[in-house]
Amino acid sequence: MKQYVIIGGGVASVGCIEGIRSVDKEGRIVVLSGEGRPVYCRPLISYFLQGKTDPEKMKYRPDEFYAENNCEVVYEKAAAIDPARKTVTLESGESIPYDSLCVATGSSPFVPAFEGLDTVENKYGFMTMDDALALDGAVGPDSDVLIVGAGLIGLKCAEGLCGRAKSITVCDIAPRVLSSILDGDCAALMQKSLEDHGVRFELSDSAERFNINTAYMKSGKVLRFDILVLAVGVRPNDSLVGEAGGVCDRGIRVDTHMRTSLEDVYAAGDCARGYDASTGEDRVLAILPNAVMQGRCAGINMAGGDEVFDKAIPMNAIGFFGLHALTAGSYAGELHEVPAGEGVKRLYVNGGLLSGFILIGDAAGAGVYTAMIREKTPVDSVDFGLLRTSPSMAAFSAQYRRKTLGEVV
Amino acid sequence: MKRVFVNEEWCLGCHLCEYYCAFANSGLADMARALKDRDIFPRIRVEDTGKVTYALSCRHCTDPLCVKSCISGALTKVPTGAVCIDKDKCVGCYTCILVCPYGAVTAGEHGAVQKCELCLENACGSPACVRGCPNRAIVYEER
Ligand SMILES: Cc1cc2nc3c(=O)[nH]c(=O)nc-3n(C[C@H](O)[C@H](O)[C@H](O)COP(=O)(O)OP(=O)(O)OC[C@H]3O[C@@H](n4cnc5c(N)ncnc54)[C@H](O)[C@@H]3O)c2cc1C
Repeated sequence: MKQYVIIGGGVASVGCIEGIRSVDKEGRIVVLSGEGRPVYCRPLISYFLQGKTDPEKMKYRPDEFYAENNCEVVYEKAAAIDPARKTVTLESGESIPYDSLCVATGSSPFVPAFEGLDTVENKYGFMTMDDALALDGAVGPDSDVLIVGAGLIGLKCAEGLCGRAKSITVCDIAPRVLSSILDGDCAALMQKSLEDHGVRFELSDSAERFNINTAYMKSGKVLRFDILVLAVGVRPNDSLVGEAGGVCDRGIRVDTHMRTSLEDVYAAGDCARGYDASTGEDRVLAILPNAVMQGRCAGINMAGGDEVFDKAIPMNAIGFFGLHALTAGSYAGELHEVPAGEGVKRLYVNGGLLSGFILIGDAAGAGVYTAMIREKTPVDSVDFGLLRTSPSMAAFSAQYRRKTLGEVV
Repeated sequence: MKRVFVNEEWCLGCHLCEYYCAFANSGLADMARALKDRDIFPRIRVEDTGKVTYALSCRHCTDPLCVKSCISGALTKVPTGAVCIDKDKCVGCYTCILVCPYGAVTAGEHGAVQKCELCLENACGSPACVRGCPNRAIVYEER
């Protein structure tokens, strides 16, 4: 009987378990989980702060999941991988042998070395349920909250705390919010949706140093706070593989089978640097769908299957107070700006293919565009004039519609 | 499993399927009360360009991208093969709308998204759109 070990208990780990079990119902699966709780929906921690969900509803899988899939969960952290002896050593010193190993360790917050940060008592990250519970307990109607970082995580945290604090200020060194996925005027729209709910922004500015409950900014501004949230960025947890001699480059290098450079060691999710189908380059795609699909692919291959996952693309659905921004692919090539009322609709065409898009406001049918990017559907094979305004199957050939609407897909 | 299939050639573009769908999922016993003078949120939609017209609803894919992409665990493929949504778990993030290749998941009335669940979860028991289609352009069968 084969022994599988999975390091990490997030969604990539779940994908891996399901992948293994789709091939091998018998083998022993040991999951090493560093978070002390069964898998939950990490992206929902801001909705939890908002009161829109609760720990029960946040369960990513039912309570019986691990038992039903015959997995043994060890709530302990892995400290080292020995690829020669094929063992994983736990922090307790115990060593667990594997035939096949998947590293699904996710990422950790990256905290720059701010001067005086150690004097700040009330500082929080925003990555885990524990972070959310701690913030939930700390915030009150009199709290002034300062969030460092206007990326996805910082802004979701701001939305989650809206209405629960006296003030919320978000600062970022970048001149706009969500700078990794949105351009200037799109970012401004999303920023406004938060400002309309009282969130203040200090952009193109960053903290130079902290002292207890004060941030001294590069601009000379002085910001007082009761609660500091650090959401500057994340780093893939790739050190276990790196220290074992596996190839890492700000993320564990994986091929399209999710194999690392170490024999019988796979990696999946936020810790892995894999193939991005939208650019043909390797990158970390730190989004939940990617983690699940990479995990599943790894699991199938660990169990002896032959699965390729080469359809990963960057994509994001993010919204604040009902204003949604949906993005995918890369913004390279010719821009097609389509009137979209109060919102935005930008399609990018590169080399005869749809390379990316930004939709703000009306999300309907976005997946039709995403599929074209993922499947590399030539723009001239569809009625692009129609597709620009309405992403629908009507823009495709009658044959394609017959297949998708009249057959099992 | 049985699925809803659409025969484009026979679709009249009458939109009746949308009304039957919205009625079946309204939970109300009276059609006029459910539909009259109201915005309706059908889970099947007639797409009509003037040249082609067809009805579109969830394909209940064998390997559904929406389920794998759902950040809240609300979308699942149940043992029968149908793709179902737990509206209490859904937070309305729209990731499923971002990934469904057919545009078959849509924004719902109360924040959560909505999609065809083959009328298995409502009082209808089998797809209302199929029963209401006057030209058998929508059928419910095994293929
Ligand atoms: C606030 C927030 C909002 C987000 N919103 C979205 C969103 O809207 N859409 C989206 O697609 N994505 C979103 N994400 C990203 C998404 O959560 C991640 O892409 C996803 O969780 C990655 O899954 P994973 O399994 O790779 O890693 P993780 O979920 O990070 O799980 C890894 C697990 O491994 C454990 N671990 C690490 N090292 C060890 C070790 N040595 N031994 C044992 N265990 C270890 C960690 O403790 C952790 O529990 C969001 C993330 C955050 C923080």
